[in-house]
Amino acid sequence: MNGPATTIARTDARLARRLVAPTLTLILLVSLVPIVATGWEALHGHDLRLPWLGRPFVGLANFVEATGDQRAGSAVLHTAAFALVSVPLELALGLALALVMHTAVRGRAAIRVAALLPWAIPTVVAALVWRFMFDAQAGIVTSPLRAVGLVGESFDWFVHPLAAWVPIIGADVWKTTPFVAILLLAGLQTIDPALDEAAQIDGAGPIRRFITITLPLLGPALVVAAAFRTLDALRLFDLAYVLTGGGPGTSTEPLSLYAFIALMQRLRFGYGSALSVMVFLLTFVVALLWVRVLGRSVAGERA
Amino acid sequence: MRSTRLTAATLAAGVLLAALLFPIYWMVASSVTPESGLFESRPLVPTSISFEHYRALFDERDFLIPIRNSLVVAGLTTLVAVPVAALCAYALARLRMRGSGVILALILSVSMFPQISIVPPLYLILRELHLLNTYPGLVLPYLTFSTPLAVWLLTGLFRQIPRDLEDAAMLDGASRLRALWDIVLPLAAPAVASTAMLTFLYCWNEFLFALSFTLGPERYTVPVAVMLFRGRYQVPWGEVLAATVVATIPVALLVLACQRRIVAGLTAGASKG
Repeated sequence: MNGPATTIARTDARLARRLVAPTLTLILLVSLVPIVATGWEALHGHDLRLPWLGRPFVGLANFVEATGDQRAGSAVLHTAAFALVSVPLELALGLALALVMHTAVRGRAAIRVAALLPWAIPTVVAALVWRFMFDAQAGIVTSPLRAVGLVGESFDWFVHPLAAWVPIIGADVWKTTPFVAILLLAGLQTIDPALDEAAQIDGAGPIRRFITITLPLLGPALVVAAAFRTLDALRLFDLAYVLTGGGPGTSTEPLSLYAFIALMQRLRFGYGSALSVMVFLLTFVVALLWVRVLGRSVAGERA
Repeated sequence: MRSTRLTAATLAAGVLLAALLFPIYWMVASSVTPESGLFESRPLVPTSISFEHYRALFDERDFLIPIRNSLVVAGLTTLVAVPVAALCAYALARLRMRGSGVILALILSVSMFPQISIVPPLYLILRELHLLNTYPGLVLPYLTFSTPLAVWLLTGLFRQIPRDLEDAAMLDGASRLRALWDIVLPLAAPAVASTAMLTFLYCWNEFLFALSFTLGPERYTVPVAVMLFRGRYQVPWGEVLAATVVATIPVALLVLACQRRIVAGLTAGASKG
């Protein structure tokens, strides 16, 4: 059969290929070729400060070096710990914010603007403001704590290896909770209010209704938000670079920052590329895990 | 009963609002506090206002240069990425084509690439082409995240446009391209505009590529310039805070002007799963 419908379908497909081609070419050139090139570079000894050594092929030597490099190991741990602490906080607070935005009768626009501002400002700006608020001398966070004697006279967040994480995580939670809230709010709005009303008539209290109706129906939206946040947390760079520079010592240094230092400060391009490949693989594996979880949660909802 | 719950909700909303806005308020309030007062304990509302930090920012530090750099780079990137992405998004949202699901998945995964993982080859290529510390040397890397982002947002938004009008035009004998130009484009204009604004925002805020591929103050973008204000031992906090306020102004204007569209864009992109 060669009716008009098939002709339209065929010209449609041809037009579609033409429309898609420029984007695919661009992505191929600026993203896919470079990611392969990083992998290739990681297999070479390449030090920009020692150009006379050339760029010999060294196989997996850079990766072997990374497995024995304590700093790389702790950078991986820092990255994972940051994601494990900040993402649950963001999900919990994001859910609270979403519920507030959902139930607010008045002032919806004001809340939306207030929520979007932290999300939209440059991360570098957020980092600098939080650095200022946590300043040892007169930071608005530090001085009240000192006044009530919770921290000592000489306390400085940024010289304490664990306390230095507080402003990093705080800034991240502050900046990205609104994003989580917006995703969850969209999920909340798709839930049929009749379900809630029916349960209310049956005598279920607000907490019970939230746990048995709202949370399960919000499942896929929660998984999507969690996935986006985790993948973003794994490439943490800006906040650590600006707030602590990875310090004190290297105790707040995530893997992206260590890779950046190896590349742009030490100019060890082979080794730095190997570290960059590790960031990529870490993100890739976690992304695959989330895709499986998402598949299951959507399937569970349909069942 | 009902009124207590309403009060509780209002209270919760108030607390969250205050927590979200306080850092921004404190940034603005501190930026107009004289340097001498910055490191003393001071009331939450500044008692005297001074614009000395802003004057120093533009008179002594030439902050107009990074502003111009950021505007040029973010503007050029948006101008290249959004039209290219709009064509692709239209095809993905509307036309039947084998493999469009795969293409969308590919585009989403590319947008998830950690930036650092492509810094080494981009640096080497840009150095080879003598493009380090130039505008094209930033626009090219910026296309890596802005194009997938724009495709992703636009595909979601295009899908929400009713297709009846377009179908009617085609039944009238207009070609696909004709329908695209006459019917779809006017309907899609708000989606394209909000995508362009979000793309601009992401470029304005970008830090790692700008830090890696610029070499001097004549090409630093706003985030890099602000970051590098910090002296080795002392931070000129007054000027740093004034600069962060200036860096936030375009962002704040954008949010105020199109909060609804931003929310629509973000959720249309993510809710497809």
